[in-house]
Amino acid sequence: MKNCLVVDDSKVIRKVARHILESLNISVSEACDGRDALNQCESASHDVVLLDWNMPVMNGMEFLQQLTATKAAASRPKVIFCTTENGLGHIKAALDAGADEYVMKPFDRDTLESKLQIVGVI
Amino acid sequence: MTGSRQSGAIRMIAALLEARTGQVLSENRMWRLETSLKPLMRANSLRSLEDLVARLADQGGGPLANDVVNALLNNESSFFRDHHVFQMLATQILPHIAQTRKEKSLRIWSAGCSTGQEAYSLAMTLRKQADLWKGWQISILATDISSSVVERAQAGLFSQIDVQRGLAVNDLLRWFEPAGDTWRISQELRHMIDFRVDNLFEPQAPSGSYDLVMCRNVQFYFSAEMRRKVFGCLARHSAPGGYLILGAGETVIGQTIDFTASMQFRGIYERVRPKEDASSVKAA
Repeated sequence: MKNCLVVDDSKVIRKVARHILESLNISVSEACDGRDALNQCESASHDVVLLDWNMPVMNGMEFLQQLTATKAAASRPKVIFCTTENGLGHIKAALDAGADEYVMKPFDRDTLESKLQIVGVI
Repeated sequence: MTGSRQSGAIRMIAALLEARTGQVLSENRMWRLETSLKPLMRANSLRSLEDLVARLADQGGGPLANDVVNALLNNESSFFRDHHVFQMLATQILPHIAQTRKEKSLRIWSAGCSTGQEAYSLAMTLRKQADLWKGWQISILATDISSSVVERAQAGLFSQIDVQRGLAVNDLLRWFEPAGDTWRISQELRHMIDFRVDNLFEPQAPSGSYDLVMCRNVQFYFSAEMRRKVFGCLARHSAPGGYLILGAGETVIGQTIDFTASMQFRGIYERVRPKEDASSVKAA
């Protein structure tokens, strides 16, 4: 079974994402900020990270920069940004930093499912 | 309104839909008909389906009848719908066509194109294979019975939800630009596609034969008789050996002998070659 780390400071978003991911037969772990997510990535391996941008303690971009600095592309999880930052500048910056896909909130099951297909997780 | 008067109105509206499009309303859709028509009824200050039928009778067709038909059609679509189908197209079927066709001409028909995502997905796929199609004459015809969805397809404007369903973010960046709350697809792709309002049983838009026909998630709205007509039409406009792609739950089995399951591409159908054509291929 594939697994996904959902990184978001909103409990509601984490719950919605968990509901969708579990319905797609993907197991879910949760982190409430980038620091928490980095710690979890050190102790466990994930197939994909669903990553919010704006979070306290450590934001999504900082998390991604640290992840790419410490893990080679082949050994790190796929990263899908999932954020309300919907401008072209943010999308390009996320891809330049190493994100694999980008979801603009609000999102639904079909969107998430298709993005997971695109990055090859399902 | 009494139940019988309401069901009479529903039957008349269902008959209008069938006469205009060939689509048969299932029992399930029939009872959701009022919900589908509510915005239209409100816009025309009509309180009930019976009032709507009376107005339609007064006007004898015209714009209101078109609006009713448009409101009842299921226009669900998404970019690269059924991911594996487009993967097979990109990696197997299109390269096979490019390698085996004598003439450098590729003709594709997206039959029942809805708001255009299928045709645009094809256009993106072909553009990404620029080297493969260098020097080829490529044409994409996209037709739908609903004038409102064809207008939307031609405009090439898609909501934020639309551009995320099935579309990779790199394709979004390459082919779209923000336009207010929506995203506009590039002129380059819009110019590749000829969008037309047309039906599938006596179509006027297709001319000659097509190497690839995509007619997905359309057949199950038709009666058995109408499906035979539609398959007849698709066969008339398919090149010998041309490919037909149907929706996931659709098949040619028991519907037509003009298409057969492809031995090479799983889930894809091929136009049966006329006998003399088949023998000439064998001889060659």
